[in-house]
Amino acid sequence: MLRFLIGRLWQSLLLLLVVSAIGFAVLNLAPGGPLSQYTLTPGMTQENLKRIAEQMGLNRPLPIQYIDWLWRMLRGDWGKSYRDNQPVLSIIGQHLFATLLLMGSSFLLSVSIGTYVGVRSATHRRSWFDYISSVGSMVALSVPTFWFGLVAIYIFSVILGWLPAGNMFTVGNESFSDYAVHLVLPTVVLALVNVAVWSPYMRTATLEVVNQDFVRTARAKGLRPRRILRKHIVGNAMLPMITLAGLQMPSLLSGALVTETVFTWPGIGRLFFDSLGYSDYPVIMGLLIFSAILVLIGNLLADLMVAFIDPRVRLN
Amino acid sequence: MSSVASASPARRGHWWHNHTFRRFIRHRLALLGMIMVALLVLACIFGPMCLPYNELSIDLRARFAVPFTGFHILGTDPLGRDLAARVLIAGRISLLVGFLAMLLSTFFGAMVGIVAGYYGGRIGALLMRLVDAFLAFPSIFLLLVLAAFIKPTALMITLIIAVTSWMEVARVVEAEVRSLREREYIQAARMLGMRNLNIMFGELLPNAVGPIIVAGSLTVARAILLEAYVSYLGYGIQPPLPSWGNLLNGAQPYLAQAPWLAIIPGLAIILAVTGFNFIGDGLRDAFDSRSDFH
Repeated sequence: MLRFLIGRLWQSLLLLLVVSAIGFAVLNLAPGGPLSQYTLTPGMTQENLKRIAEQMGLNRPLPIQYIDWLWRMLRGDWGKSYRDNQPVLSIIGQHLFATLLLMGSSFLLSVSIGTYVGVRSATHRRSWFDYISSVGSMVALSVPTFWFGLVAIYIFSVILGWLPAGNMFTVGNESFSDYAVHLVLPTVVLALVNVAVWSPYMRTATLEVVNQDFVRTARAKGLRPRRILRKHIVGNAMLPMITLAGLQMPSLLSGALVTETVFTWPGIGRLFFDSLGYSDYPVIMGLLIFSAILVLIGNLLADLMVAFIDPRVRLN
Repeated sequence: MSSVASASPARRGHWWHNHTFRRFIRHRLALLGMIMVALLVLACIFGPMCLPYNELSIDLRARFAVPFTGFHILGTDPLGRDLAARVLIAGRISLLVGFLAMLLSTFFGAMVGIVAGYYGGRIGALLMRLVDAFLAFPSIFLLLVLAAFIKPTALMITLIIAVTSWMEVARVVEAEVRSLREREYIQAARMLGMRNLNIMFGELLPNAVGPIIVAGSLTVARAILLEAYVSYLGYGIQPPLPSWGNLLNGAQPYLAQAPWLAIIPGLAIILAVTGFNFIGDGLRDAFDSRSDFH
């Protein structure tokens, strides 16, 4: 287990290095580069700009700048927001909870629905349910998240008036139920795509387990079908799904960005979108790298969890 | 060299006798997808010529016309512009962007995949780590950053979408090439002293074409969606040039007053993306040789 752990950690670190290199390359694509924050300052002259560039070390070779930038990132110095001069990491920290809440609740919802649909499609293969759910998931994958959000707002807020159209809570009423009511629409909207991804994979995973020897043995022992399904089939089919859950992180984050923008949800997606509007490059770059790190951590955790549960993985 | 080439299984007989082609035609969903995409493409090409309205002509007397009630079939927007004309013209842009982005990203992904799969070793590992690293960025984050940094013309948006969606193709092709290179005909080609470039593009590429086409058709769907996302968020294709995404950009404030502004362009996106997804699904089944046995 330890060897597996070290190998996997090493892989993630290597990947993080490549990710940071891409991030640095993108950073240098920014109009005006890292100097852009000063170019709009009133009274700024070309000479002053040049001096600042030298002070910031921008006249050094790119590889040196990269190492310097990387070192500052590692120490937690991610720069300061142009907007309010707050450190980037603390701004991200302030917005992280809202996003994790949204992603978490949406993930739970999509996994429960997706698992049910996938298992039922597999056990009722070639039934109407199977057919409709597989076509349905392909259609659901084609629905733009923001459009689904707009339609949901139109139906449930504008016409029916049951649910709020945006924000995380009503100002002045920050009770648990108020949070919950605000959470419903964004959660469902974000979950749609994940259900569509999850259920076909769950179906395949279940089908692969159904004909295995241990399931036959369980049947032969005379276990009740429900129990076989619950414990032996679904339990084992869930194993590859843990990896999928890790792989779903990027699309969940992308979805969260769009959903948060539609529902004015105060998470990191909305922060990212707002920062784009202000050309707040330090925050934008910070969020870009941060989201990639979240993804890498997600994948790492998923792999470790699989290795922890399944000895075949860690002994290989 | 020609004797080596004819040993390669990719070129045999006419395409309409091909099992792959027949399986694709029998696939009902794929056929439905083909019909949906064909109708949509035809409508976008010829539709605007049949409508009495221009997509940009403003008619303030006809603001917020409700669909299916008057002369404007799909209603009008806050400036009285005909929504049907706008959706069709926008479709030209969105479909073109999606298709071009697919060509670019499939080409680039296939190149990376072939090189990584054929050489393997350090080069392969390095390239595939690059693929992994790109996949670690949530696509919309990367897309928006690039779109915000670069002047957002339609061509640039196409390029940016291609830059953020070549990785799937690269992965698929790499896996395919890695398994193909151990086959006898490739080993024979190598033994006969064929040059690496010739093996890669003369032998491996034609035989990996199945997975490339499947990935390509799914990439069109993805590219259309990505364009819609960035344009909806205001960083994609800029008005007055309409695209399905930027038609939705201004729709949210009018949701109560004119919901059709949000609903109709969205339906066009769903129709196109579903069509390409169905086609991709059919192609996947068609190229999957395991389904031969059914």
